[in-house]
Amino acid sequence: MTATPLLELRGIDKSFGPVQVLRDVALTVHPGEVTALVGDNGAGKSTLVKCISGIHPTDAGEVLFNGEQVHISSPRDAAALGIEVVYQDLALCDNLDIVQNMFLGREKRSGIVLDEPTMEQLAAETLAGLSVRTVTSLRQHVSSLSGGQRQTVAIAKAVLWNSKLVILDEPTAALGVAQTAQVLELVRRLADNGLAVVLISHNMNDVFAVSDRIAALYLGQMVAQVKTTDITHSQVVELITAGRSGGLGLATDPGTGGNGNGNQLADSTSGGDR
Amino acid sequence: MTTTAVRKDGPAAVTPPPTVGSHARTYLSRVRGGDVGALPAVLGLIVLCTVFAVMRPSSFLSAGNFANLFTQGAAVTLIAMGLVFVLLLGEIDLSAGFASGVCAAVLANVVTVLGYPWWVAVLAAVATGVVIGTTLGLLVAKIGIPSFVVTLAGFLAFQGIVLMLMKEGTNISVRDDVLVAIANRNLGPILGWVLAIVAVAGYAAVQLLRHRNRIARGLITDPLAVVAARIVGLAVLLGTAVFILNLERSRNVLVVSLKGVPIVVPVIAVLLIVWTFVLQRTSYGRHIYAVGGNREAARRAGIEVDRIRISVFVICSSMAAVGGIVAASRANSVDPNTGGSNVLLYAVGAAVIGGTSLFGGKGRVFDAVLGGAVVAVIDNGMGLMGYSAGVKYVVTGVVLMLAASVDAFSRRRAAATGTR
Repeated sequence: MTATPLLELRGIDKSFGPVQVLRDVALTVHPGEVTALVGDNGAGKSTLVKCISGIHPTDAGEVLFNGEQVHISSPRDAAALGIEVVYQDLALCDNLDIVQNMFLGREKRSGIVLDEPTMEQLAAETLAGLSVRTVTSLRQHVSSLSGGQRQTVAIAKAVLWNSKLVILDEPTAALGVAQTAQVLELVRRLADNGLAVVLISHNMNDVFAVSDRIAALYLGQMVAQVKTTDITHSQVVELITAGRSGGLGLATDPGTGGNGNGNQLADSTSGGDR
Repeated sequence: MTTTAVRKDGPAAVTPPPTVGSHARTYLSRVRGGDVGALPAVLGLIVLCTVFAVMRPSSFLSAGNFANLFTQGAAVTLIAMGLVFVLLLGEIDLSAGFASGVCAAVLANVVTVLGYPWWVAVLAAVATGVVIGTTLGLLVAKIGIPSFVVTLAGFLAFQGIVLMLMKEGTNISVRDDVLVAIANRNLGPILGWVLAIVAVAGYAAVQLLRHRNRIARGLITDPLAVVAARIVGLAVLLGTAVFILNLERSRNVLVVSLKGVPIVVPVIAVLLIVWTFVLQRTSYGRHIYAVGGNREAARRAGIEVDRIRISVFVICSSMAAVGGIVAASRANSVDPNTGGSNVLLYAVGAAVIGGTSLFGGKGRVFDAVLGGAVVAVIDNGMGLMGYSAGVKYVVTGVVLMLAASVDAFSRRRAAATGTR
């Protein structure tokens, strides 16, 4: 495995007014791996993703990208680093076709004119690189695609920009069985192509099917980050619902400074596997 | 290299290169799926023309009346072209009619009262449009008042401003030769032919170059026969129109000769080409569609949504100014009701009848021209048949309602079949 993680978060704090959503969160993401980010509703998964992607500023903590400290203050900063987020609601325009959606906001131009042929070629190459065979025409409107195909387009859009880190927010939440399998296969392929992938999911089957590491958030604290092979379904569920499971996670009393303890435990566990 | 790989195991392997037949089938299935495009407007235009031609063969089908249609529909069409931009975002500009009135009043004041040359007056009128549009856009995008309310307030206020500029109700005549010529003079017959040939040649060059470029890059292309059909179609259409417009339409040739393409036609054509280029071939245009389709997605893609929203109001009010100039030219004067009464509703109607969706995200500048033609034909034909203004309004209202129903119905159909 690579020595330096692609993304490393240390001691991230984030409050919305009086509500502290993230408390001293640490996270490491390695290239070529799928890191599953799990946690119950309100655990802070989406907030954490929004902090990484520059939508929310953080209150404290540092972000290291490729070992260097960076400051991400807008989605453009994140994009410049090679961080792309595929949101739950996809953020595709129904009235535009696949190529137009993939290049939205970053159109290729020659002079002031849109360079449609180049964009179409690049889109075709990207989809071919991901072995996507499900779309018949690159010029069909996104509204005519199935849920799985839309997700595929959204992911391909994220990959198009030579991105290094792709964050997927519940990509399979609204999909059927076959389409879920398709999308998970695609997620796995992203990591196999050398990208770092963060997968947010509620679905334990998905998490165990594709992830290399699991990071569990509980009430705004990172309670564990372990290799998927070293943990069981029920342990992950316990981490999500109670914040600890056996030797993993928070100390017995999470209220009194338990998080430092928990993080140490998590770190030592993942460290031991290297 | 990579594209050949795509074609081998990618999507293209499943779909053979399109033929004329498959092209037609794709079009039919799109129409069935709710993507009717310009079809209702074209059919409507044909039906209306047929009806009026049968009922009033001598007057409706005359070359003079054909030329009248252009000058009658010009102002509404120009305003509608600007409205398309606002409608593409799912917004509305109810003030466009009186905005054109304000701009026309500025034009008349500058050229007649203050005595400046025509181009100063035109610049002043368009600048007024830009100021109006910027104000409306800022109120909508930055303060967040619904465009319906902002422009309704504008509708009332601009009506008042026209009155004030008209010194409480008198009208100001516009006698400048150039300004009067816009809606009242014609191009020489030869110049008409030259422009038509340039237009067809330009269109053919663009189409054929794109076709060749796409084939060279191994991308899926429309069959050459379809491309050729489009070019020939345009050539026949323009050729027929120019031929008819070049016929003598003066009642008494000895007194005055009246023939040639009205000057408003190339004015509309140039604006149509410019705005179509902006909408279809620039990233700004692409972003307008994106904001109209999914504002949140556009924002996340890094598009400055507020700037887009303000800019469409600027375009709309500027085009209203152009419409106002043409209206002033046609009437040879500006009065307190310029841009009032039915102008706005005809313009909104024209855009919607042409196929622009009131729900945003769907529409073309050409829709405004097509819809403007429908509105002008109804207005003109009903007038020739001797119906009162009341009946004309009712019929136009019904047609607008029909167009809006087609829009709503095709959306439902699209949602049901998943194509749009």
